[in-house]
Amino acid sequence: MGTARAAVPIAADRARAEPLTGIRLDRRARRAVVGLVVVLALLLAAMVLGVGLGTVSLAPDQVLGILARRLLGLGVERTWSDATEAIVMDLRLPRVLSAAVVGLGLAVAGATFQGLLRNPLADPYVLGTASGAALGAAIAVLIPVRMVVLEFGLLHGLAFVGALTAVWVVYRLSRPSGPAPMTSLLLTGYAIGSLLAAGLAMAMYLSGANLRQIFFYLLGSLDGSAWVRLAVAAPIILGASGLILVRARALNGFLLGEEAAAHLGVDVRRERAVLLALASLATAAAVTVAGLIGFVGLVVPHVVRLAVGPNARLVLPLSALGGAALLVIADLGARMVGEIPVGVVTAILGAPFFLSLLRRVRSGYEL
Amino acid sequence: MIELDAVRVAYRGRDVVAGVSLQVQRGERVALVGPNGAGKSTLLRAITGLAPLAGGHVRLGGDALDRLDRPAIARRVAVVPQAANLPFAMAVEEVVALGRLPHENAIRGARPSDRAAVAAAIERVGLGHLLGRDARELSLGERQLVLLALAVAQDAPALLLDEPTVHLDLRHQVSTMELLVDLDQRDGTTVVAVLHDLALAAWFFPRIAVLDRGRVVADGLPSAALSEDVIREVFGVDPALARIGTPPAAVAETMRATPAG
Repeated sequence: MGTARAAVPIAADRARAEPLTGIRLDRRARRAVVGLVVVLALLLAAMVLGVGLGTVSLAPDQVLGILARRLLGLGVERTWSDATEAIVMDLRLPRVLSAAVVGLGLAVAGATFQGLLRNPLADPYVLGTASGAALGAAIAVLIPVRMVVLEFGLLHGLAFVGALTAVWVVYRLSRPSGPAPMTSLLLTGYAIGSLLAAGLAMAMYLSGANLRQIFFYLLGSLDGSAWVRLAVAAPIILGASGLILVRARALNGFLLGEEAAAHLGVDVRRERAVLLALASLATAAAVTVAGLIGFVGLVVPHVVRLAVGPNARLVLPLSALGGAALLVIADLGARMVGEIPVGVVTAILGAPFFLSLLRRVRSGYEL
Repeated sequence: MIELDAVRVAYRGRDVVAGVSLQVQRGERVALVGPNGAGKSTLLRAITGLAPLAGGHVRLGGDALDRLDRPAIARRVAVVPQAANLPFAMAVEEVVALGRLPHENAIRGARPSDRAAVAAAIERVGLGHLLGRDARELSLGERQLVLLALAVAQDAPALLLDEPTVHLDLRHQVSTMELLVDLDQRDGTTVVAVLHDLALAAWFFPRIAVLDRGRVVADGLPSAALSEDVIREVFGVDPALARIGTPPAAVAETMRATPAG
């Protein structure tokens, strides 16, 4: 009697009435595959448009012809001038690719920080990368030394170093073994960020005629993208993002909290440090080549989660492609209206879109 | 399966677990009881290596705990916490699917066998009617059952539970206990559960360990471990209030039978 009753599951009657075929895991995985195809198509279309449109508009067939000839080595008949080819290959293509890589890095870093800190408001800049980079850039503007290595100036160098130093300091000053390590990280990040912001304000105050240069960096721009810079930044961003992607399992463990993650086989301390380092590295490389571009890293992962749920294995690749597509489109918009800072465009595009999504709460999604 | 040898855990210089030695054999079912602050939850954390030991040794399945990495521990012991909160909206089956993480390949992710284990765990705990619901919208009791299903999906030879019935109504308290008995008897799962309800513990667990101020003060059959003296001294209440019953002999016989295999 005891065993027979024990074998009956809880609420067996109701469980039986509703078979388990409607399980959402498969549906979401299928939706993610469809999403990947759609976003990839969107990205490619945006890139072709991005290369074609600008102060000189080029027909899509010319753009495709040039790309096919130069990148794929196809024997396409040449119907365009040298100048056209130079615009595509030397100006627009590196810019579009930079936008894609930066957008990818910011979105992956944003998804990582949100998952790791278990905080929907986290973005790639939450642990001080932004303020560190900004202060570094501002100091570079104040120093009357001009040096260029691989097309990177002092500004880029100090921005990169500033971003990574800020995160390192935040991590070291937080209490990773305390009772609330993530809260400690967030609060330390906030404190250090405030301190660095004060330094930035001071630097801007002292910068006089160079204020505009700092200001321009703070708003973010892909103007001035070049192959050499891309060649340095892309491996860092793509490499870090790829390494984050293969740690999706750990990121999933963190969904239920650190203790639960440990019970699910995640080496919490190591994974936390590694994921923080990788996401910070991607962010630092992104802000170094493009300045502070907001909203991509915050909004894209949320939009993706709305569609496919919080499984990092689906969220990370979709965020990567989505972030790339969004920034290519935003940069195109920035160029079309006369070279305004792309950070302004991402905010103008991103905020209303995000708000409208949040209002259409479909699956009980809330922040 | 689980061997504790003079285990001590200290917080800020105070011993929370003050020298506990406990052997739990494979397929055994043990209830840990004791007053608040007796060190029950800390003892569970010590078993899984989350509470640093100030002394003593822990062995899991014959291996010293400090020689096992986290994935190896997760494949030997599943833990049902009292509660967990989620930062993002997450369907019930997605939460349960987290139980498969220790078995997942880092690159390829979940395989069909993982999906099957998730579906089986959901069915076994009886959560079919909650599929697709955001786990954050559920009642505390339903969330507790989701965490139980997660641990069942983890499919470890030992299951540790920290007050698995606190938020449950009477019927679900009983059905949860019956599920634990079933996991033990049908699958041979070793079960160690922290419980506050002495009646529930005595009815469904053949062995009870009583913890008081970080020490095991009684360990054995419910009738012996929960004697009137222990209840009076450890819990500080009149034994009549605890209403300890034991199952009828026939039920007890089947429930205490050692699992086949």
